[in-house]
Amino acid sequence: MPGAQKIIAADSVGLVSPERLHFDEPLKLRSGRTIDQYDLMVETYGTLNAERNNALLICHALSGDHHAAGYYDANNPKEKPGWWDCCIGPGKPFDTNHFFIVCLNNLGGCAGSTGPSSINPETGKPFGLDFPIITVRDWVHSQARLADRLGIEQWAAVIGGSLGGMQVMRWAISYPTRLRHALVIAAAPKLSAQNIAFNEVARQSIMSDPDFHEGRYYDFNTFPQKGVMLARMVGHITYLSDAMLREKFGKASSDSNFGRDLRSGNLSFGFDVDFQVQSYLQYKGQTFSKNFDANTYLLMIKALDYFDPAVDYGGDFSKAFAHSQCKFLVMSFSSDWRFAPERSREIVDNLLKAHKQVSYLEIAAAEGHDSFLMPIPRYMQALHAYMGRVAVECNSGGHR
Amino acid sequence: MRGDLQLIQDWIAPGSRVLDLGCGDGAFLAHLKATRNIQELGLEIDAENILQCLRAGVNVIEQNMDLGLQNLESGSFDTVVLAHTLQALHRPDLIVEEMLRVGKNCILTFPNFAYWRHRLALLTDGRMPKSPQLPYEWYDTPNLHHCTISDFDELCRRKHIKVLSRTVVDDGHHSSPLIRLSPNFFGINAIYHITR
Repeated sequence: MPGAQKIIAADSVGLVSPERLHFDEPLKLRSGRTIDQYDLMVETYGTLNAERNNALLICHALSGDHHAAGYYDANNPKEKPGWWDCCIGPGKPFDTNHFFIVCLNNLGGCAGSTGPSSINPETGKPFGLDFPIITVRDWVHSQARLADRLGIEQWAAVIGGSLGGMQVMRWAISYPTRLRHALVIAAAPKLSAQNIAFNEVARQSIMSDPDFHEGRYYDFNTFPQKGVMLARMVGHITYLSDAMLREKFGKASSDSNFGRDLRSGNLSFGFDVDFQVQSYLQYKGQTFSKNFDANTYLLMIKALDYFDPAVDYGGDFSKAFAHSQCKFLVMSFSSDWRFAPERSREIVDNLLKAHKQVSYLEIAAAEGHDSFLMPIPRYMQALHAYMGRVAVECNSGGHR
Repeated sequence: MRGDLQLIQDWIAPGSRVLDLGCGDGAFLAHLKATRNIQELGLEIDAENILQCLRAGVNVIEQNMDLGLQNLESGSFDTVVLAHTLQALHRPDLIVEEMLRVGKNCILTFPNFAYWRHRLALLTDGRMPKSPQLPYEWYDTPNLHHCTISDFDELCRRKHIKVLSRTVVDDGHHSSPLIRLSPNFFGINAIYHITR
């Protein structure tokens, strides 16, 4: 049925398929607990070269997964590509003509890797809240095992935005010889009290949903959709900027002169949806809540809350990087108030204090924290410029 | 490479840590990296220049040095370079202090406003001087604080700054008997190597 086939752009990685890899060496976790065996869902793009020196690891953020680029279904013209498709593909910043790109669904996720919704072999039932709390460093350890499995001794670069950027920093700290470049985008050295406060609202939304059943909702054939929706709604607000919401929903014409677009021409004088931003937010929350496991959401925000490499170094973040050997590229976005540019500057200043090689850019962008997912021209140019250099190093046998 | 940079590279020790304030496209740092194996850092605010630095593999931080260098530790660089930018900063005296705090030694270059042609332009036309070194109109110039060699010598005296060496040159970055006779009258560009 060629008529229904979608047209795939020349700079897309095209059709891709993920792979589930099983690991049965127990993984000791930061919490002291152990996961005896686990699966990781992995997607790769491009080809690993003979020297095995051209591999990039992409670390996903809170709600991401292994599907970073390309499509699954040639016959579905409505299918959206992977979450970082603007950056991954032939001729794109993470250029599949030069690099072998690996992206995985992190442990605890809900897109195929072992997580709270997986069956606990000991009980035959989903783990639920019995699934151990996973930290950023646990993820990085599991990613290192994935690298071993793929025969990648050293990544050309480890790359991530937001919570992904935290994994990148942890790589540079825990596996200093196993990466040559660290791209830390829209991240922070640790969460602020305000960040944790927002996460607490999300947590309470989910856990107070009557359908949560202490995380055992699988047994009741239900899920706390309302709670996840609320959690996502509050999260989503923090991903956007005031300016962007104004741009999108604040351009009311004179017949709805509230400066905030009314959904219909009239006020309802009730508590239904009056303004477009309300329906937008509800739609975003609803769509997300249908596809994302509540327990995974709780795990992810806990991993965020706990991230603070400085704790092992007497509170001195710069000391965490003492053994790091990679070069760093740190980037922030002007309108990001979740992890504002000042937070990225803290990272940069500590790297400088540790005498590390670092470059830093603050990209002017209106899209808030979500900017890191968008093809903002200066951002794309900077990634292109930096990764072009990394590609040259790979070709000239870059390895330490 | 610009002539002033050609002249100052010999003051940079192999393997040293070099901070270039207003590093432009990073060509100077890239050159020092290739020839002297330095560890480099550039500060720059121009987006296109920053891209060029990334392309050249030069470490660059997007930072406005007019807001200070507080994020850089004292003594964390061997040499701090400020080439042809001093006169465009809001408080040249403060940046010189900051450079001396962050670097063990510093290299500064600036155009000498007391060059005789500039004096003559002011004297005869009564207009702000323009020259190949100072090509701007008074209203659109990035230069905020022009200074002369005598002014800078005075600043060094007042702040107890040690001048390790001073080179005054013409527009081709050569010295001459006349310049040596009266640097502040015949010199076009000044190059200072200073420390505390």
